[in-house]
Amino acid sequence: MRNLFRLISLLFVTAIVISACAPATPPPAEPTVIEITRIVAGTPQVITATPAPTTSADIEGTILVDGSSTVAPITAAIAEEFQSEYPNVRVPVGISGTGGGFKKFCNDETDISDASRPIKESETELCKQNGIDYIELPIAFDGLAVMVNPKNDFVECLTVAELKKIWEPEAEGKITNWNQVREGFPNRPLTLYGPGVDSGTYDYFTEAIVGKEGASRGDFLPSEDDNVLVQGIAGDENALGFFGLAYYEENKDKLKLVAIDSGNGCVLPSLETVSNGTYRPLSRPLFIYVNRARVDQKDEINAFISFYLKNATTIVTEVGYIPLTPEIYELVQKRFENRVTGSIFEGQGSTVGVSLADLLAKEQ
Amino acid sequence: MNTSAFLSPNELQRLQRRKQRGRWFELLALLAVLIGIVVLLILLIDVFLDGLPWLRPEFFTQFPSRFPDKSGLRSALQGTLWLAVITAVLSFPIGVAAAIYLEEYARDNWFTRFIEINISNLAGVPSIIYGLLGLGLFVYGLNLGRSLLAGALTMTLLVLPTVIVSSREAIRAVPRSVRLAAFGLGATPWQTVRDHVLPYAMPGILTGTILAMSRAIGETAPLITIGALTYIRFDLRGPLDLFTVLPIQIFNWISLPQKEFQKLAAAGIIVLLAVLLLLNTTAIILRIRLQKRW
Repeated sequence: MRNLFRLISLLFVTAIVISACAPATPPPAEPTVIEITRIVAGTPQVITATPAPTTSADIEGTILVDGSSTVAPITAAIAEEFQSEYPNVRVPVGISGTGGGFKKFCNDETDISDASRPIKESETELCKQNGIDYIELPIAFDGLAVMVNPKNDFVECLTVAELKKIWEPEAEGKITNWNQVREGFPNRPLTLYGPGVDSGTYDYFTEAIVGKEGASRGDFLPSEDDNVLVQGIAGDENALGFFGLAYYEENKDKLKLVAIDSGNGCVLPSLETVSNGTYRPLSRPLFIYVNRARVDQKDEINAFISFYLKNATTIVTEVGYIPLTPEIYELVQKRFENRVTGSIFEGQGSTVGVSLADLLAKEQ
Repeated sequence: MNTSAFLSPNELQRLQRRKQRGRWFELLALLAVLIGIVVLLILLIDVFLDGLPWLRPEFFTQFPSRFPDKSGLRSALQGTLWLAVITAVLSFPIGVAAAIYLEEYARDNWFTRFIEINISNLAGVPSIIYGLLGLGLFVYGLNLGRSLLAGALTMTLLVLPTVIVSSREAIRAVPRSVRLAAFGLGATPWQTVRDHVLPYAMPGILTGTILAMSRAIGETAPLITIGALTYIRFDLRGPLDLFTVLPIQIFNWISLPQKEFQKLAAAGIIVLLAVLLLLNTTAIILRIRLQKRW
């Protein structure tokens, strides 16, 4: 028995020692110059940036971020750089989806909410009930890519009308063959893949293509994990599917991108076409929402947002998304400095086909 | 002696057929075993091929990053370790005390039986339900937030039924004669339990507790409900900090588009497997070395 207690206490002591071995404070960051190694097309290059005039070690605290899994990689990358410049600020980035994020944000649980779509009216209501004012800041673009199997040699381009015909609720059980999509397409079964109905990506696609958010046929293969969709389309010659452009970029050899014709000819999604708005209607802005009251209470939030907008162009590209133009980032920075609350899409009803630059410029 | 001497050719043929059928069944059973083993092997080989090159020392000392080669498990390992320690510290005494009460003190009436049935049922409740309970009770009810403590308390609830059931079995396996001998020498029930029953039951209790711990370490769903699906780049300072754990870090890497992160996830799986195997081996060694000696 005595042996046994010795053994148990040994186990606990070991566990505690191991956890204590990890140093309690992160290694001190370089005081003056921070090096961000950036990898563009395989060639590493070093950018040097001087930190803000206030000594960054003075600012301390925790910034609570939660929300969209699409936006999380961007905010997490920003948080990574921010925390090496401001070693005393901790920025945990939660992932609970755009809707889940807003629920916490409007319940005053978080400081910043990541969102892959603008805030909905029901969510605005919740925020209002709890007295939460927010500042809406667009931070990047994301293109939704429509893809087929590489062995598919007859689809190069689809019109919005054809996509609607495939995905609208009435198509369920009826449009099941490629030859129903367009005359001249071969007689082959059509299998569909898409993100799960809880994702902001699904919401956006249905709104842009079918015309009503959340309206689509039910007989497609859904997955919350985009890598599963990649596997599905790559292994099925008759497949058609859609998801974020970043996942296509990483799997170019397994997928074939389909151009979209919204009336002005076929356009493939790319950095240029998404950013200049010609890839329509499947490019969307991504956002962060900042709790208005907390900005004044916590200096670190102020520093974080400025850092975010200053470094967005580099980091957004690195994690596979498409940055806004420098002019738009400037407008967004001004919007933040002026503490403009509310959504720029209020009364707009939809973000499909609207120009961020126009909306932001209107406010000035 | 030859069986055929007693059997007609017709009967002999039937016997042969029956034996043949027996062999078929054996083959079928072997196939069932092989399916399990082959699938496991393929899985392991795949994971090891992907993950082994990424298992470097930095993998354990670095925080997760957007650069795969700078990414590591530091925050996840800390979270898992702390979670396991706190869960063990909470669930061991409560579970063992409950088991002692039910086995040694409680009278056999409807109330005790009611509790017993409930404990057995609780052991089979899906873990996500515990996550929802933890979210309501600890995160919001006790206002602990999405903290390590809230996670550990939820895990304690999750593993308690297992700890209680296995502790009870261990205590029940101690022969009645041991207790009677103690009582006969004038020991009080508490002395009997403390000095005789518990020491003999300890190997079984520890095995059960360690296996329960390995379940807690591998669980993902309840912690995602509580909000541990979080990107963390700082060291844990205390039980009220936000946290993340190994399985969630793996889950997070798998869902990223870059292929290197899926390799990192494989490396994470190897680490998780190693931790679980280590725990299970400890349980087995304990069971063998401290085996009953009455």
